[in-house]
Amino acid sequence: MKVLVPVKRVIDYNVKPRVKMDGTGVDLANVKMSMNPFDEIAVEEAIRLKEKGVATEIIAVSIGVQKAQETLRTALAMGADRAILVLTEDDAEPLAVAKILKGIVDEEQPGLVILGKQAIDDDSNQTGQMLAALLGRPQGTFASKVEVAGDTVTVTREVDGGLETVALKTPAIVTTDLRLNEPRYASLPNIMKAKSKPLANKTPADYGVDTAPRLKTLKVEEPAKRQAGVKVADVDELIGKLKVLGVVA
Amino acid sequence: MDSETFDLLRNTVRRFVEERLIPAEDQVEQDDAVPEAIVSEMREMGLFGLSVPEEYGGLGLSMAEEAGIIREITRASVSFRSVIGTTVGIGSQGIVIDGTEAQKREWLPRLAAGEVIASFALTEPEAGSDAGSLRTTAVLEGDRYRINGTKRYITNAPRATMFTLMARTDQGVKGSGGISAFIVPADTPGISLGAPDRKMGQRGAKTCDVIFDDVMIPAENIIGGTPGLGFKTAMKVLDRGRIHIAAVSLGMCDRLIEMSLRYAMERRQFGSPIADFQLVQGMLADCKVDQLTTEALMNATAARFDAGEKVSLDCSALKYYASEAVGRIADRAVQIHGGAGYMAEYKVERFYRDVRLLRIYEGTSQIQQTIIAKAMLRAAASA
Ligand SMILES: Cc1cc2nc3c(=O)[nH]c(=O)nc-3n(C[C@H](O)[C@H](O)[C@H](O)COP(=O)(O)OP(=O)(O)OC[C@H]3O[C@@H](n4cnc5c(N)ncnc54)[C@H](O)[C@@H]3O)c2cc1C
Repeated sequence: MKVLVPVKRVIDYNVKPRVKMDGTGVDLANVKMSMNPFDEIAVEEAIRLKEKGVATEIIAVSIGVQKAQETLRTALAMGADRAILVLTEDDAEPLAVAKILKGIVDEEQPGLVILGKQAIDDDSNQTGQMLAALLGRPQGTFASKVEVAGDTVTVTREVDGGLETVALKTPAIVTTDLRLNEPRYASLPNIMKAKSKPLANKTPADYGVDTAPRLKTLKVEEPAKRQAGVKVADVDELIGKLKVLGVVA
Repeated sequence: MDSETFDLLRNTVRRFVEERLIPAEDQVEQDDAVPEAIVSEMREMGLFGLSVPEEYGGLGLSMAEEAGIIREITRASVSFRSVIGTTVGIGSQGIVIDGTEAQKREWLPRLAAGEVIASFALTEPEAGSDAGSLRTTAVLEGDRYRINGTKRYITNAPRATMFTLMARTDQGVKGSGGISAFIVPADTPGISLGAPDRKMGQRGAKTCDVIFDDVMIPAENIIGGTPGLGFKTAMKVLDRGRIHIAAVSLGMCDRLIEMSLRYAMERRQFGSPIADFQLVQGMLADCKVDQLTTEALMNATAARFDAGEKVSLDCSALKYYASEAVGRIADRAVQIHGGAGYMAEYKVERFYRDVRLLRIYEGTSQIQQTIIAKAMLRAAASA
């Protein structure tokens, strides 16, 4: 079974993002970029499936600027077998990404597509679900456990009320939650070997997709500064303060 | 190596340092040991193979690249570097530089994989700076050498599986010409270890005496096969090692400056952050100047080393400058931290003790000065 793992190049999770002066977005000039952490978990899960003998080939795909090639190299260094870069200068939105991924799925026929549940840059949390809908295939989102037996994928999902387990028939779409696994560090020898693994260059046009934005960003601003707190002596004082603020009656 | 691949290497190491090594620093200090789990992770990452050529299973990094990676690693407690330090550096490089093809094939792949941990045994109780006067004897009996002597302060001896050992094969030659370098498996009968040394700093990095008592070693274990060239091998190894030590210094500079900046911006006195006071700014600026000059000298020296130029003088100048510079930076870092800088709770206190060693081993500052001046005088005399 082939496993397809889409990976996104995003602002590094350690970097404190700064909003551009003109409020059009986050300033990415000279900012460290890395693989979206949820996608790392997806790559790790695919590698574990391969180590278990379930997956036969892992294909990493990224849709983005030329530099996304580095993100793909990271996936290859971790253990993906080959990579596809779909080059676009547009800030591809979830629907455009899902459409391109559908094109790749049609070509590659993977048994599983494992995506991050969301990317930490825009936190959309849509691509996996849209892809499942476009393909008309089952989805198991927010996975904290994935087990494959024959053509059935059992996914334990983290939902508000606790854990929910769903059984999906392959081909299926899985999106990863934080607790699914702890991604490995690529070893240094594997990083060196990654440069000789195949990496195919494509464009959205190859899949008949137009990535021009459909959404308009009106304004991006910093979250409101947190006000300094006050210490209260006991519950009565707390309730008193809350009443003054009009938070409780 | 192309820059994209190298960036990926460096970023991976940086992340490992941030996520694994730095959080474990205090435990290393407390236990006086690097946790085995971390040693395994370092092995799995391939860190033991940095300097072993690719055809023998290592990464084959250039000196500039090795320095870049070591600089990242030593942002975390320098004791972690010590785990790989002797294998990557002085313990394996003798074989890489002067070993026979058979020696390379036998040892380098296992060194690169971290299966064999190498130590470098030169110093003796009576032979430190004057290493050429060493007294450990290796006497030929048939096709084997009988080795007797004591080595002192040998880093990683407790975990070593192999020693690069310097011993005198020609008792008639008192100076460096009578010395040979041997590959000695640590489990050879007759080798014993002294008690672990109790040190000022670098807790977690282990040194001790290594005693050789009628240790029999095949003659073919002489690095390069020819007796009498051991001291030359050791000096070549130390050239590379000195650039490595400069990289260690720089990694520690980087971290000390990070900590000092953060503290200076957070700590308030007289109603403002201490970073606002010009005298504190002066200390910060001096740290930066020391860091930048070390970096410039290291980059230049590593580039010339990689180009195959003769750089012994430069290596000594670099090691001397870098180790003294990080000493100054550590001193200022403690000063910027005030009383907190004297307290074990703050990491600068540990750094202050840890950096002290850099001016002593792999040639003291005075020995570097001597090497530099002698080379200058030789050049002037022959001009
Ligand atoms: C923690 C630690 C780890 C070590 N690891 C290793 C290792 O793995 N392998 C190994 O072989 N060795 C190792 N060493 C030994 C180290 O390299 C020596 O300690 C160092 O070379 C100095 O030798 P010494 O201690 O005998 O000092 P000495 O040579 O006795 O020097 C004492 C003082 O005299 C000065 N001095 C000596 N000669 C001169 C001169 N000609 N001109 C001016 N000043 C001079 C020195 O600079 C110094 O200030 C280690 C040492 C330490 C502390």
